Amino acid sequence: MANKQVLSPLPGTFYRKPAPDQPPYKKEGDPVAAGDTIGLVEVMKSFHEVKSDVAGKVVKFLVENEEAVTAGQPLLEIDG
Amino acid sequence: MTIDRLLVASRGEIAVRIIRAARELGIRTIQVYSQADADSLAVRLADQAVEIGPPAAARSYLNIEAILSAAQKTGADAVHPGYGFLAENADFAEAVETTGLVFVGPAPATIRLLGDKITAREIAAKAGVATVPGSTGRMDDPQSACAVAEDIGFPVLIKATAGGGGRGIRIANDRTELERLAPQASTEARAAFGDGGIYIEKLIPRARHIEVQVLGDGQRVVHCFERECSLQRRRQKVWEEAPAATLPEDVRQKLCDAAVALAQSIRYRSAGTLEFLYDDETGDFYFLEMNTRIQVEHPVTELVTGIDLVREMIRIARGEPLRLRQGDISLAGHAIECRINAEDPANGFMPAPGVVDDLIIPGGPGVRFDTMLYPGCTIPPFYDSLIGKLIVWDDSRASALHRLERALGELDVSGVKTTKSLHQALVLDDDVRNANVHTRFLEQWLERDRLPPT
Repeated sequence: MANKQVLSPLPGTFYRKPAPDQPPYKKEGDPVAAGDTIGLVEVMKSFHEVKSDVAGKVVKFLVENEEAVTAGQPLLEIDG
Repeated sequence: MTIDRLLVASRGEIAVRIIRAARELGIRTIQVYSQADADSLAVRLADQAVEIGPPAAARSYLNIEAILSAAQKTGADAVHPGYGFLAENADFAEAVETTGLVFVGPAPATIRLLGDKITAREIAAKAGVATVPGSTGRMDDPQSACAVAEDIGFPVLIKATAGGGGRGIRIANDRTELERLAPQASTEARAAFGDGGIYIEKLIPRARHIEVQVLGDGQRVVHCFERECSLQRRRQKVWEEAPAATLPEDVRQKLCDAAVALAQSIRYRSAGTLEFLYDDETGDFYFLEMNTRIQVEHPVTELVTGIDLVREMIRIARGEPLRLRQGDISLAGHAIECRINAEDPANGFMPAPGVVDDLIIPGGPGVRFDTMLYPGCTIPPFYDSLIGKLIVWDDSRASALHRLERALGELDVSGVKTTKSLHQALVLDDDVRNANVHTRFLEQWLERDRLPPT
């Protein structure tokens, strides 16, 4: 089955963790259900949760923690 | 002490404002910028510009090492921090001074002293300035917080001692809520500010936010009267005025005297702002905190006093004594500032970064527009949404409101959503026109769906 991508809904800074001292929402190999939060995008000091619209398993992240992203940029691949 | 080369360690409209003030004093400017700001107006206007890192503020505008290295590389002899980012970071101010440069702001020890909200309250008490009734020190256990709250009466605010800018504040309406919220607030404060200290303050309903601008040279302090900033959303100011329209003259005098007494007691140096809550039912005012930087809304004070605050700040930093005596400073007319943010008021104020296709900036008599916008510029998603400040002056508040309405009509930022429509609705609102507002007015107004669809 082809891998699916989760896209960033907004431009900004991508975070894999809810807070700097907490573990990431998802790691490679973790199962993902549709609606699960996979990260945050900070745009102009406001934080927006990014939710997966597909179910499956995380294959790999395409963007590092705290990296700049554009709207529509693929964030991770899910094996669905 | 002379300043020949000033490094601007900020971005956006305030960086442009600082470059202008410096140039008028014959000072060369060096603008530091992140990769996202390479084409910014401040970079274009400065004499020299140095890239300091990737877009994320943590790796650029908050990167002390990168900023100091840019300063050394370019032979800067002073650093202006603007507002936001490192402006109230005592470690940064100290590092600037240790490197042998002038920090355009107060002494690092002053920043540290006033940055802790408990110490600031103690300073106020010593200077005879009232603070909001509440705990006398930090509270580390919910039980003592409850005892204080029962004493001063509910509802109370739970605040973080290391907080500021309205962050981390909760409201507890009764004992049960306080017991539930206090430990949460403490945990969150530890995560956000590295210090879990909290304190309790009485909630004053229908309070106005009134603040006093001061200038000090380390010996003497003068005030430049007050601003009212009661129109706020999520504790962020949206609309500011000078002077406060409804403040009785005797209260204005007492308030400004209190601000000077507090700043004088710590021999304040630089421009600073003392924030107060004002209860116009009782006529009482309470000190909240002192901001040790130039503020976003400083232009309204400039327009009613004729003082260039950013220029005075630089003069003080290079060791000049205050040029003004209190008797030299007087109020003329009325000024109003509207913050134009790249946000969509019709969609929950969703941030709206993007490219500005076309731009018409309002002008004419009594109109000033402080901005970093130009036609074709990009508003990056990584920083604050403030993209411009429309400031109007006229000889009375009533005529200033007409002028504001006219100027808002001229403003056209195409390509991105802005809060212009919010201000166009506010300027026509009866309560706003009558200055019948308080700090929770705007949020209640928005809940009543007063905003016309765009």
